Amino acid sequence: MDFAFTPEHEELRQTVRRFLQDRSDEATVRRLMVTDDGFDRGTWKQLAEQLGLTALIVPEEFGGSGLGPVELAITLEEMGRFLFCAPYLSTAALAVTVLREAANDAAKQELLPAIAKGERIVALALAEAPGLWEPSDVRMKAREVGGRWTLTGEKTAVIDGQTADDFLVVARSSQGLSLFRVRAEADGLQREPLPTLDLTRKLARVRFRKTPAEPIAAAPDVQPQLERAFLLGLVALAAEQAGGAQQCLDLSTQHAKTRWQFGRPIGSFQAIKHRCADMLVAVEFAKSAAYHAAFRAQEGDEAELPVAARMAKAYCSDAFFQVANDTIQVHGGMGFTWEHPAHLYFKRAKSSALLFGDSVHHRDRLATLIGV
Amino acid sequence: MSQYRPMTEEELRERVRRLKAEYPPDKVDMYTFRGAQYDHGLAWVHFPEGYGGLGINPKLQAIVADELRRDVHTVYDDLAVNPIGIGMGAPTLMTYGSDELKRALLRKCFTGEEIWCQLFSEPGAGSDVAGLATRAVRDGDDWIVNGQKVWTTLAHVAKWGLLVARTNPDVPKHEGLSYFLLDMQSPGVEVRPLYQITGEAEFNEVFLNDVRIPHRYMLGKEGQGWQVAITTLMNERTALGGGSTQKGGGPIQVLMQIWAARPPKRHKPAEAAVLRDRITRLYIESELLRLTALRAREMMRAGNPGPEGSVGKLAQAELYKKIWECTMDVLGEEALVYEPGYALRRPSQEERRDKVLLAKYQFLRSRANSIEGGTSEIMRNILGERVLGLPGEPRTDKGIPWKDIPRGG
Ligand SMILES: Cc1cc2nc3c(=O)[nH]c(=O)nc-3n(C[C@H](O)[C@H](O)[C@H](O)COP(=O)(O)OP(=O)(O)OC[C@H]3O[C@@H](n4cnc5c(N)ncnc54)[C@H](O)[C@@H]3O)c2cc1C
Repeated sequence: MDFAFTPEHEELRQTVRRFLQDRSDEATVRRLMVTDDGFDRGTWKQLAEQLGLTALIVPEEFGGSGLGPVELAITLEEMGRFLFCAPYLSTAALAVTVLREAANDAAKQELLPAIAKGERIVALALAEAPGLWEPSDVRMKAREVGGRWTLTGEKTAVIDGQTADDFLVVARSSQGLSLFRVRAEADGLQREPLPTLDLTRKLARVRFRKTPAEPIAAAPDVQPQLERAFLLGLVALAAEQAGGAQQCLDLSTQHAKTRWQFGRPIGSFQAIKHRCADMLVAVEFAKSAAYHAAFRAQEGDEAELPVAARMAKAYCSDAFFQVANDTIQVHGGMGFTWEHPAHLYFKRAKSSALLFGDSVHHRDRLATLIGV
Repeated sequence: MSQYRPMTEEELRERVRRLKAEYPPDKVDMYTFRGAQYDHGLAWVHFPEGYGGLGINPKLQAIVADELRRDVHTVYDDLAVNPIGIGMGAPTLMTYGSDELKRALLRKCFTGEEIWCQLFSEPGAGSDVAGLATRAVRDGDDWIVNGQKVWTTLAHVAKWGLLVARTNPDVPKHEGLSYFLLDMQSPGVEVRPLYQITGEAEFNEVFLNDVRIPHRYMLGKEGQGWQVAITTLMNERTALGGGSTQKGGGPIQVLMQIWAARPPKRHKPAEAAVLRDRITRLYIESELLRLTALRAREMMRAGNPGPEGSVGKLAQAELYKKIWECTMDVLGEEALVYEPGYALRRPSQEERRDKVLLAKYQFLRSRANSIEGGTSEIMRNILGERVLGLPGEPRTDKGIPWKDIPRGG
């Protein structure tokens, strides 16, 4: 079955949506986005304790719910709709995925239960400048002297890097690509919060200077595992983008029905009606792309995952941007104001399109995969 | 055919050189220099002598601009000095104003001593600006104005406002409007900032409460306001659709410079090939925008532009948005950062000297290009109906008194 959503899935969606309606309304987003931390610890605690969402994809043996990419996609789609300000993508999605795929049991034992309980924020430090998004691109080197490992170099676009308790750092050892855990308070670690284009997602640049690091990889070379984790990250982000695009479409349609000019609703002009219809097609395609990738990942369809994940990230990036751009246009002058939420989605759209590599990058990889 | 008097390019250049010799732009202040430029008839060359012009063909203005740029550091950009006053207000005043008003206002408009703003749009009337609701009621020699304007760029610094108000609600919408010059310092004018996508407040809400305007500040006749407003709007669209005046200049130049300065290996060869193609397409379109504007200027006969101005306005808006989007893609992970931050404030030019910062700012600011001065949808309607002569859509607001037009909600 291609899209085997179950009643439980629908229930999950409704639960997340109700929670976010209450805890991530526009006023809350605007309040949190200008704080340094960028999220509310009380809400995070509730998300963990009452909804168990931080444990969503943590395996049961480590205190989690043991669910997978489909449930994660549903959750992130709703979070994208509400521009939920919290370290969910970084910690509950990316860090857990990387730990599941590529870490040894000791590290899993130490970090996963803490993440599941909402007690630790863990950030993935993977990307490097300029434009090195993929695990295979990583240049940072790890050094070992007498059994002690240290890291030197710089990671960029580290999501929630300024509030993280731990970093999962991808770096090269003589044996291949490896994974390290670095505590936030480690020597020689310096984090610089970045003034982000998208205020609703906090990013940091993290510098390491002979910083002590704990090797936690499950094997001497975990490049294949990290690549799989990266693909799963693309799927998660694509789902979030699809949710943001859906919200933009809803805002635009609502406005087109209620704004009158020339003695009629602007939605009665074909220029606006057709624009909304095109947005609908883009949103439906975006959801298909994200759900398809999530289901293939859930089924463990290893042949299809790389194709579906890159297709999803490439398509959802462009679609969300186009729809957010159109949302400003449909709202006219109002859509250009700070007061209206359109700009929040527009900035989220551009920034998430660039994050983890833009659509040109993923189409290039996809072209090779499909034999173009 | 031309009502303009002939003048050779060389003679005009000589006049500019004389101005620069008498008032070296690098030595005198802006008001002095631009005042002298006005007095020499080099402000709007097609205006009559004594009003900042020489009564010659407007396309010769480009010669003045070119000569003004030579061998000096100080070059003023009219659109930065007083964009609404110089580009839109002055031609409207020239066409419809009394002699007294022209003499009182044109010079300070050109020097930038008095900034102008445009009080057209209202919360209920944007694209359908002719549907506006601000009321002006005659009281002896004055008009008393009540209403609210919105998106008013520069209202917070303006001395004069180009105001359209309804003087008769009982006739069809286009027939009941009148056009005024409003002294923004008049009692009852209240200006409040409106913040935009960048956190800056370029524009404002303007509340008008029992504001008195002497009748002599009306441009055109009572009920003729729409016709006067069209003059302003067409000048605006021409100003917003000219592209760059220099080959390869403007936004595309910034994009190409950022591309040239990108770190090696940011893009894989295959990615770089895609971006190169995109940039080259944008270069072609930028050049064609510039050349089309040049052609339009050549063909322009009378002083005020016609609906063809919407070609450039539409093309430029859509093109500039794409150029800045492409620049963000070239910047890659650098574009995730927005250094100026979003503190709510009045705009400042200072932080835009750096090309990368300028590009990031413009990526956001250019979203308004397809909205301000008439949206791209409205431009397409104008091109379809007024230029190509295609039939209009069925109208529900034609031929009925303004007060009876359905308003929804
Ligand atoms: C940065 C900026 C500066 C501005 N400065 C000024 C200023 O100084 N003075 C001033 O008076 N105004 C100013 N404006 C206002 C501007 O002119 C209006 O925003 C614009 O005309 C659109 O009106 P609106 O915002 O009410 O949108 P609406 O008219 O509500 O339009 C909403 C959407 O409906 C579409 N639409 C409306 N009618 C039609 C139709 N018939 N057919 C097809 N589509 C249609 C529009 O294209 C748009 O996509 C400024 C706007 C901006 C963004």
